[in-house]
Amino acid sequence: MEVNSQTGGRGRPDAEGGARRPRRSLGQLAVQRLLGNRLALVGGVVVLAFVVLAVLAPVIAPYDPAKQNYLALNEAPSRAHLFGTDNLGRDIFSRLVYGARTSVSVGVITQLIILGIGLPVGAIAALAGRRTDNLLMRLVDVVYAFPDLLLIILLRSIFGGSIYMIFLAIGLAGWSDMARLVRGQVLSLKEREYVLAAVALGAGGREVLGRHLLPNAIGPVVVAVTFGVPRAIFAEAALSYIGVGVRPPTPSWGTMIQDGTLVISAYPHEVVSPALAIALLMLAFTFLGDGLRDALDPRSARAAR
Amino acid sequence: MWRYAVRRLLWIIPVLLGVSLVTFLLMHAVPGGPWDQEKPLAPQVVQNLNRRYGLDRPIWQQYGMFLARALRGDLGVSYSYQDRGVTQIILSGLPITASLGALAFAFAVVAGLGLGMAAAIKQNTPVDYLSVLFATSFASIPGFVLGIFLLILFSATLHWLPTGGWGSWKQLVMPVLALGALPAAYTARITRASMLEVLNQDYVRTARAKGLPEVAIQYRHVLKNALIPVLTVLGPYLAFLVTGSFIVESLFSVPGVGRLFVQGVFARDYGLIMGSVLFYAAAIALLNLAVDLLYAVVDPRIKYA
Repeated sequence: MEVNSQTGGRGRPDAEGGARRPRRSLGQLAVQRLLGNRLALVGGVVVLAFVVLAVLAPVIAPYDPAKQNYLALNEAPSRAHLFGTDNLGRDIFSRLVYGARTSVSVGVITQLIILGIGLPVGAIAALAGRRTDNLLMRLVDVVYAFPDLLLIILLRSIFGGSIYMIFLAIGLAGWSDMARLVRGQVLSLKEREYVLAAVALGAGGREVLGRHLLPNAIGPVVVAVTFGVPRAIFAEAALSYIGVGVRPPTPSWGTMIQDGTLVISAYPHEVVSPALAIALLMLAFTFLGDGLRDALDPRSARAAR
Repeated sequence: MWRYAVRRLLWIIPVLLGVSLVTFLLMHAVPGGPWDQEKPLAPQVVQNLNRRYGLDRPIWQQYGMFLARALRGDLGVSYSYQDRGVTQIILSGLPITASLGALAFAFAVVAGLGLGMAAAIKQNTPVDYLSVLFATSFASIPGFVLGIFLLILFSATLHWLPTGGWGSWKQLVMPVLALGALPAAYTARITRASMLEVLNQDYVRTARAKGLPEVAIQYRHVLKNALIPVLTVLGPYLAFLVTGSFIVESLFSVPGVGRLFVQGVFARDYGLIMGSVLFYAAAIALLNLAVDLLYAVVDPRIKYA
């Protein structure tokens, strides 16, 4: 990857597909390539399955995730309780399903916040240039210098414990990468021949931005979001695990792991299922993200071979 | 090169100033003060305490005092560890965190390079498939999730290793693996891709054509050139690992900086959070600078202007 970006940028003919490719089919081509990639497809299906689980949680979960049953503490998996029960007699499967709801919403909402800040900051910095660029990028430098999880914890202690505030804290700590990415994209695209040609032909700022810059910058942004979602999900789980994330009774895989590790020697099944859920979702997102990157940027696919 | 180093070093100063200012302002936005207890203190006592710690002065003066102390290496007072300042707390855990991180880094380098090289040399054999499988799965599983599986396997099931603590080599195995697996997997991935790319270069074919022994080709021509992209991946992990992961430290009860920090967070010890943020930001910035400068030493083609 790294090597390629040094040698491949200008040297390799970008026109390879450009000449043949009919207009507006970049997206279709990407979808085609994505569907051809089996691992990415599997990743996409798994991600989709978790989303369905999250949306349909009340229908799928057999029990109330917060309901405690003192007659069924720490039960092993059985037909009544698919993944067993925890130390308060709560059904682990139901908690997993509702935990997917927490994780998926963390993933989606934080990425929206990150896009909402990072996209305009990066684009404005690149387009305005000079002083604005300098100012915005120095701000980005400062945010970037914060260790992610520490900043999230710091922000969280100010915002309080509501789940929405956790979204906000993770989003506010994570937008600097996005701003840098978008700025770099726009800066390099701005100098491309087709953009210069559009400007020379009298295209206005809005047309250049909407028609040429944004559509071409969108690929890496989509990939960054795909890798950002699992990072946010992990951040929430980690915070909840150390006890400063989602508050009970809201089920979260992180809190389930925290509860489970306390009884790990006696009842390992209690910690296995949430840990597996996190691992599975992370893996799925990585496959999907790798596939998307290859699909949206054919050059990186060649380098990874 | 030297001018570049000095410029980067100087640039760290305003970034850290920004970080400290943001942290300071955030801390002041936190609801509640350090003297809030279950039983309210007498107003006179609060007033005296505020005067003692300078909390009755204007906020810009307080920031100035904080900065002046931080410059002298005093990161302020901790509210939960009353016998020690934040600096002492960090220094007491640092050797443990840093040695754990160094071991994990060494593991990542050895395992990652080994697997990546084996995969590239034996491309399209079971060795290759196995290491690619390892690399893709472990590259996306967070350390603390892996740590849980290790705990279940080695402690809860096999009873080979203690669940946590610090002192004997047995207590080192799991945290090192949990921390080092992800960077090892990334390293293996990049090493393989980079080796394969170099193996196709003309100068390797020339070396083969003139009859050099395979070992000499692999070492002198392939490995040396393939290592450069690997370094760019490993570099950032040095900062990441040496500063440690407080999640993994909590999981294995390692008494490093991370675990002290988590305890502080739990006790809403804002002084400790603030000092740690500043310390970590400085450490990461300096380590990353050192790594960037190392690139130029390793790869004579890189010139910093």
